[in-house]
Amino acid sequence: MYKILEVKELAANIYLMEVEAKRIAKRCEPGQFIIVRTDEEGERIPLTICDYDREKGTVTIVFQTVGAGTVRMAELKAGDCFHDFVGPLGCPSEFVHESLEELKKKSILFVAGGVGTAPVYPQVKWLKEKGIEADVIVGAKTKDLLILEKEMSEVAGNLYVTTDDGSYGRSGMVTQTIKDLVEEGKHYDVCVAIGPMIMMKFVCKMTEELGIPTVVSLNPIMVDGTGMCGACRVTVDGEVKFACVDGPEFDGHKVDFDQAMKRQQMYKTAEGRAVLKEKEGSTHHGGCGNCG
Amino acid sequence: MVISMDVLKKVPVREQDAKVRAANFEEVCLGYNKEEAMEEAGRCINCKNAQCVKGCPVAIDIPGFIEKVKGGDIEAAYQVISEASALPAVCGRVCPQESQCEGKCIRGIKGEPVSIGKLERFVADWARENGIKPVGAEKKNGKKVAVIGSGPAGLTCAGDLAKMGYEVTIFEALHEPGGVLVYGIPEFRLPKEDVVAKEIENVKSLGVTIETNVVVGKSVTIDELLEEEGFDAVFIGSGAGLPKFMGIPGEQANGVFSANEYLTRSNLMKAFQEEASTPIMRGKKVAVVGGGNVAMDAARTALRLGAEVHIVYRRSEEELPARVEEVHHAKEEGIIFDLLTNPVEILADENGWVCGMKCVRMELGEPDESGRRRPVVKPDSEFIIEADTVIMSLGTSPNPLISATTSGLETNKWKCIVADEEFGKTTKEGVYAGGDAVTGAATVILAMGAGKAGAKGIDKYLKNK
Repeated sequence: MYKILEVKELAANIYLMEVEAKRIAKRCEPGQFIIVRTDEEGERIPLTICDYDREKGTVTIVFQTVGAGTVRMAELKAGDCFHDFVGPLGCPSEFVHESLEELKKKSILFVAGGVGTAPVYPQVKWLKEKGIEADVIVGAKTKDLLILEKEMSEVAGNLYVTTDDGSYGRSGMVTQTIKDLVEEGKHYDVCVAIGPMIMMKFVCKMTEELGIPTVVSLNPIMVDGTGMCGACRVTVDGEVKFACVDGPEFDGHKVDFDQAMKRQQMYKTAEGRAVLKEKEGSTHHGGCGNCG
Repeated sequence: MVISMDVLKKVPVREQDAKVRAANFEEVCLGYNKEEAMEEAGRCINCKNAQCVKGCPVAIDIPGFIEKVKGGDIEAAYQVISEASALPAVCGRVCPQESQCEGKCIRGIKGEPVSIGKLERFVADWARENGIKPVGAEKKNGKKVAVIGSGPAGLTCAGDLAKMGYEVTIFEALHEPGGVLVYGIPEFRLPKEDVVAKEIENVKSLGVTIETNVVVGKSVTIDELLEEEGFDAVFIGSGAGLPKFMGIPGEQANGVFSANEYLTRSNLMKAFQEEASTPIMRGKKVAVVGGGNVAMDAARTALRLGAEVHIVYRRSEEELPARVEEVHHAKEEGIIFDLLTNPVEILADENGWVCGMKCVRMELGEPDESGRRRPVVKPDSEFIIEADTVIMSLGTSPNPLISATTSGLETNKWKCIVADEEFGKTTKEGVYAGGDAVTGAATVILAMGAGKAGAKGIDKYLKNK
């Protein structure tokens, strides 16, 4: 069992949890993820690692309630335990293996969308600890959904916040800010974008135009997360890759986003059905139009 | 006691009716009762130089345990079996006995062989129902061994080492131990709670610790286990869990699954139950590509989830790699076999969902290096099989994660760990390996045999160290 030490609601339906997981805390690196299972009946949910404390033996995750599984996760309090918590899975971000000397020469831009801000954080923090300050764009739908602003501002070189509705910071999509920054004379050698699939797709379109190599962290459907099933397969540069072992980070300009987005929809109705069942219990007997 | 009508024939085993079972996930084969078992045991002629034992990869004293069944002392029969096997309730159910113990049975020359598998199963089930446990080591020897993977190879190796007095910890990547026994083989062939979980409890009762949620190569490395965590030796039984795909167009469409994914959802995540939180596609028309036991398992699972199911296989019935009994069961339940058929493209609708599979007809040509006749495409034979779900069951290969993160561990070109057959010794000192991780996908009982060999190898190594 894996004890939850702290729970924070960062924004409406977005939660942060610090979890005791000694083996993972000892070995994890930025870019990797874990799989969590709330209880014996629960499904396996993949989540990118948001922070870790090697000495305390803890790993921090951030999640948004989107389906029955995450709704149940959000009901847990500090002191409760997860039934299963496995990792670190996937490959660390490429820069973890690069020489510091080379890395210091580079100008890096991070683009975070929504709850994707959480997995961006440990990467920016890791760089900061090595004396490298990266620029960060954080995009949220609206001011209330903005998370980790303070934490991010402490580790980022420059932090640019943008909201779709203009309720805070700059107004509009993150892609506009990328364009603006480059037009203002900023130069970036590499861009790392993490967020909803659709956002990463459009960031990649933009950076391709601007000639900035871009890394994305994909979030396809997963089951085991160790390479044994291929549920998370994606096409990158015409080749089939398993995001859980070959990724989750890939060259964004080579990812087939349209296919990845279609695959992500696979259980949409099943997931929706599970949420309804959770909410309405035995009184739910369909009728919403989505259920069989 | 009923006197056998025909000593040349096996005492028939009771099964669920095909029509009934096609709609449920309960066990197909109901097994013998004590009277039936004793009657069947009476057919064994207790050969001096028993060939059946040679056919068993873990060399159970078959005439020895059958003799006890004959006399009605089932507890004694169980202790005879558990000297050699840690998982008799599993093996009695899933071993391909026809090509192993029963294939060598003298009775089989003139009539049907003794039903050794069903007898083993009866003894193990009886022991479980009556609370009989295997006997553990009298005292510990103070040495620690790590076992990677809790499938048949790992469980057997761990059980044997524990009986020799070693302190054994199994590391398992998934949240539940059992490997293919829990994620691969379906409930209707191998009940999880009543059979697999109980048999794993028996291994634990020998003093084996199981740590789940540890992905060796990620959560910890073998080098760390040896150098930092104080293990004196390691056995790798991590299996061959990496699925293969065909590489044909359309394979990434929604509704195309590896058999591993489909079966893991159904078996491990219990998606076959309506109330499960993990979803599974309940297709109307399912095509399973492949002809092995895994293909049969996936097909029969899809059938029970309410689909019309086709097995699509490129050779003829004779070459089907699945067990005869499984093919027979699948047919009885109404699975349709599209033989000498090979998919060339998966067709998807405008939303990216599978709607059919373009196939070609095959004919058998000259035998290839494996001795099987090579399938050749018939010209102009393209046609479309309608399907909303496609399950690819083309075999699996070992996961390179462990070999890639362990210094000095050699693998061959198929990513299989190089290890000797007799003792499972690898190219790295103190590290032994066996099962599918070494051979590529094979059978439960061969993995158990390799687990036994590994335990012997480790014992020999640590005694001489």
